[in-house]
Amino acid sequence: MLEQAQGRASESVREKAPVTPRFALRLPVARLSDPRILAGGGFLCFLVVVAVAAPLIAPKDPLEQDLISSLLPPAGLQGADPSHLLGTDDLGRDVLSRLIYGSRTALFVAVTAATLACAIGSVLGLLAGWYRGAADVAISRLVEIWMAFPPVLLSILLVAVLGPGVHSVIAAIVIIDWTRFCRVVRAETMSQGARDYVIAAKTVGFPRLNILLREILPNVMPIIVTLLSLEMGIAVIVEAILSFVGLSVSSDVPTWGGMIAQGRQILHEGWWVFAAPLAALSATVLAFNLLGDGLQRALDPVRQR
Amino acid sequence: MNNSLAVIRRLVQSAATLFGVGIVVFILLRVVPGDPTAMMIGPGASADDVIALRARYHLDEPLLLQFFGWLRSALSGDFGTSISLHRDVMEVLLSRLPATIELAIAALLVAVAAGVSLAVLATLYDRRATAGIINVAVGLLLAVPDFVWALAFVLLFGLLLPVLPLSGRIDPTLDIPFHTHFILIESLLTGRMTVFADIAAHMVMPVLALAIPLAAIIARVLTASLSEAMEADYVLLARIKGHSRLRLVLQEALPNAIGPTLALTGVQFTFLVGGTVIVERIFAYPGIGNLGVDAVINRDFPLIQGLVLAFGAIFIVVNLLVDLAVTALDPRLSHA
Repeated sequence: MLEQAQGRASESVREKAPVTPRFALRLPVARLSDPRILAGGGFLCFLVVVAVAAPLIAPKDPLEQDLISSLLPPAGLQGADPSHLLGTDDLGRDVLSRLIYGSRTALFVAVTAATLACAIGSVLGLLAGWYRGAADVAISRLVEIWMAFPPVLLSILLVAVLGPGVHSVIAAIVIIDWTRFCRVVRAETMSQGARDYVIAAKTVGFPRLNILLREILPNVMPIIVTLLSLEMGIAVIVEAILSFVGLSVSSDVPTWGGMIAQGRQILHEGWWVFAAPLAALSATVLAFNLLGDGLQRALDPVRQR
Repeated sequence: MNNSLAVIRRLVQSAATLFGVGIVVFILLRVVPGDPTAMMIGPGASADDVIALRARYHLDEPLLLQFFGWLRSALSGDFGTSISLHRDVMEVLLSRLPATIELAIAALLVAVAAGVSLAVLATLYDRRATAGIINVAVGLLLAVPDFVWALAFVLLFGLLLPVLPLSGRIDPTLDIPFHTHFILIESLLTGRMTVFADIAAHMVMPVLALAIPLAAIIARVLTASLSEAMEADYVLLARIKGHSRLRLVLQEALPNAIGPTLALTGVQFTFLVGGTVIVERIFAYPGIGNLGVDAVINRDFPLIQGLVLAFGAIFIVVNLLVDLAVTALDPRLSHA
């Protein structure tokens, strides 16, 4: 804590002092060893590896149908085929392989949608919180109007207008959820802007944009990272919901939501087709929540000071 | 007198918000790449069909004129005819809305009862293992969204413990005429208990899925306000008088701590109403949420428009009621 304050002072006032990389997150590594962060982050790293390496590790082609070996139960149960670890669906497709490929869509939407929403919301929040004035009034009013509009309505409307597909899903998440970032980042920017190190930087005569990017942004970053993690969990759920109702990617791309919808139809004949993607979805959402929770505790500026 | 003025101001505000929602719907459905008719019409349509359809929905007129025409029919409750159902949109909405209202209100009641009980328990057994267990459980309930709860219930009650009906609103073999669409209330009021039990059994899973996240939020916020209120002077005074801890919590702390929870419940209730869309879908429950998904899949433009306005109206009415309730119940405001 003290080191951070001193670091800021040395950066902003004593210009000649050696300076750490300006944009680097100045986070003490020790604090990141929170069990929540390790568990959540660990699972998500594993998931990323699975998604990236899907063609290498998937035992079968996820689309290959084999009606002779349809509805085989998972390994260990009576009548199982050991080459299908998690069994097969009603079309004889390998559940494990579909699960592995399904992680690609889930993570792609989570990362893209959350990052875009984060970028738009954070930039607007920083501008509104730092420059205030007309920009702040305009941005805050926009957020207020946006928030008055219930998210379900907006997503129904957006998917109706944009048509189904993974890009509509991403667009809908970004258009609806940028306000989450904007509100919080704006408030945090304002509170950072009133602190001594910023006043010092102003007194020395740094350009305002420089102060925003070099002094304030690194200190707002922890909150942004936390929100980003939580938003990715939300995006995974939204994608699963939309593919569950058939409004996400086309039906020949395996998705967890699509598998759950298919499994719902054949629950009594093949519960594993339903249970496997549901377990994957729950674990992923919990991992993002754990990570966000852990980051919030580890990085919370209030707890730091 | 100031109070009634505030109420009138709030009513005007609500009307303005609904009007705003209407404008957004109007604009969004008209900036569709190309044309709203592109959403409505099948791939095999001829150019003449498109022109006829455009004329039918007045899309060939100037935008401002379109808007006033749309506003006039919307105000008189005329949202046109559903393309996929071939029925009047307003009629479809009115027949489906009661199912969703019954579901949402039941979920709200369950959530409030469960959330308040958990918070009171956690406060009563403050600093004991019970409070710790409740706290951890609430954290877990909070992390899992309604969609996943609904699916977990399908797995649990549909497969492992098949005691509850998995889909629909009522057993189709119970072929009993109803006078209204509020069939849960109606069967209760007319004393048809087997029918009531059947409808209630159909609602257990969707209601729980919707209620759990809200109950968790209520429990968390109310526990925090209660523990703050328990430190207040009036609670200390009551404690000196020798009242029991249960009475301290229920009679002294709760009325003063409930305000923030109430306001929050209102905001969160709108999320619950939103959650009905997917939960109704999972349990094939015939409300407006399920209808909305079908409307989007079928690109049923008049129906989507009517649904969005119906949802918008619900959200606004809920927020209005919550605001009025918060004002009415806050002891600080009523004594002023």
